[in-house]
Amino acid sequence: MAIATRQARPVESPQTLPRHNLWEAMCKFVRTKPLGTAGAAIIVLMALAAVCADLIAPYDVYEINQQLQFAPPSLAHWLGTDEFGRDVLTRLIYGARIALFIGFASSFLGTTTGAALGVLSAYLGGKTDLWLQRLMDILLAFPLLVLALAIVTVLGRSIPNLIVAIAIPIIPRTARIVRSSALAAKENVYVEAARALGSSHLRMMVRHLVPNVMAPFLIVLTAQLGSAILTEASLSFLGLGTAEPTPSWGLMLSGGAPMYAEKAPWLAIFPGLAISLAVFGFNLFGDSLRDALDPKLRHRT
Amino acid sequence: MWQYIVKRLLLMLPTLIGVALAIFLLMHVVPGDIALLILGGDQGGELNPQELVKLRAQLGLNQPLYVQFLVWLWGVVHLNFGTSLWTGAPIMEEIMIRLPLSLEVAIAATIISTLIAIPLGTVAAVRQDTWVDYVVRVVSIGGLAIPSFWAGILIILFLVIYFEWAPPLEFVSLFRHPWENFAQLVWPIVSVGYRYAAVTTRMTRSTVLEVMREDYVRTAWAKGLRERAVVVKHALKNAILPVITIIGTEFAFLIGGLVVTETVFTLNGLGRFMVDAIAHRDIPVVQTLVLLIACIFVLVNLIVDLLYAWLDPRISYR
Repeated sequence: MAIATRQARPVESPQTLPRHNLWEAMCKFVRTKPLGTAGAAIIVLMALAAVCADLIAPYDVYEINQQLQFAPPSLAHWLGTDEFGRDVLTRLIYGARIALFIGFASSFLGTTTGAALGVLSAYLGGKTDLWLQRLMDILLAFPLLVLALAIVTVLGRSIPNLIVAIAIPIIPRTARIVRSSALAAKENVYVEAARALGSSHLRMMVRHLVPNVMAPFLIVLTAQLGSAILTEASLSFLGLGTAEPTPSWGLMLSGGAPMYAEKAPWLAIFPGLAISLAVFGFNLFGDSLRDALDPKLRHRT
Repeated sequence: MWQYIVKRLLLMLPTLIGVALAIFLLMHVVPGDIALLILGGDQGGELNPQELVKLRAQLGLNQPLYVQFLVWLWGVVHLNFGTSLWTGAPIMEEIMIRLPLSLEVAIAATIISTLIAIPLGTVAAVRQDTWVDYVVRVVSIGGLAIPSFWAGILIILFLVIYFEWAPPLEFVSLFRHPWENFAQLVWPIVSVGYRYAAVTTRMTRSTVLEVMREDYVRTAWAKGLRERAVVVKHALKNAILPVITIIGTEFAFLIGGLVVTETVFTLNGLGRFMVDAIAHRDIPVVQTLVLLIACIFVLVNLIVDLLYAWLDPRISYR
């Protein structure tokens, strides 16, 4: 904003979701985006594991067995056991539940709030826009971890508070992107026409602006899913997220893992692998979804 | 141009004051205070209420909130950041112990990752949807997916098993012992740099992809220029601006955001300092650090904007 571009840029046409058959769109996605499909497959597998955890997990998550301390991977315990004799595979399967739940809840909360603020800011303009954007600047200039740290300290260590702590830094990032899309959409003739017809402010925003920002919203949402899972793992690793005995992947790496790494490397390897695989899947899928939804990238020259 | 820079620097002030005020209020909402922690009251031990009142008065915690804030702000204006309530040492001194380490890791990671990322991202974009593109994308998405603390744990595990390596106890300066300094920081830099390179590679790929569809690139092809000339002179030069933005933002983040990496490699950097200060409710330290990081963030943004104007003659200062 502080810099003026001499060359005028044409106003981009608003991005809308393709309206044709969903099944057709999915088939096309699978055909043209092999990496994105692989990502989607990872996500589906993870979701299945999370949903059916009670059926497929070989042992009880919380069962402590002192005789089985640090058992190496074997046929009975495929991924070994931890310092309390708990089965690592079982804890990883239940961990998928925690990761997916916190990831979805926090990125959904953060992007929705951010998108609502972005649309509001773009639609109202003027002073409201200016103040909201300064507020977003302050949130952005804040070190992300400090924010999460302070929120967890203030509100206490629990899963809902953790979700809020992860969601808040997402808000300004989404608000900025959605605001610029909404600004472009506001210039459309039909928005002006709706105003002339006397539509209420709420109707103008919900009926005319929101559909136009759905594509960037979905892109940010999928992009944030992976990083929300990563943030949860980092906070739990630092001892600021979920608390024992919750089977959280980050927490599994924080406790004994680095200390016993030499003696029981499986404790340090498998939870990290699970985190990486999950985030990898979401990012692969999110990337390809962006390519498919972004009109600028849709056609090859 | 100088007028523009001065104007931008003045515009920084409201944001910085906003950040300072926000962190001040946030820290006062956090339950518990440092006087209680110093006297060990948080462990439920015997507490002398008189002593507590005395210590609070000594630390200035008995004054109204706005007085505390204004006193601190007045000090900052005079470049006096106060003393740490926890150690009693001047905050500037405490920061100067840790700043070289954080700066070195941030700068080295920036240089290395930029050198890797820009060529890789460009090649992936030019060869879109070929195996080169797929490999670059998988490796760079991997860089985003692998938590840096896990990468750190694996590196340490590897070093300990194969080289009987031990984590360093004290930071040695680059200028006094270059070799030891290198041995100390190379692994943290690698584990941070991979993630950083991944971010930059993805940005480069997507902006180059966009530019390759522009009319002037098609014209360059039509003129019969060699691929190298088209890609480097026409496409990359125009695609580089958003990449610079992301390099700048990431650099600003690295200065204070490496808590996790510092924890894994037992480094005494600014990120660790911040987390400890929050745990101790050492409010002046937290405020100064947040202000420092916000300052770096805003300054880096200014430098990025100036670079924009230097690289792209169409952009001028208002």
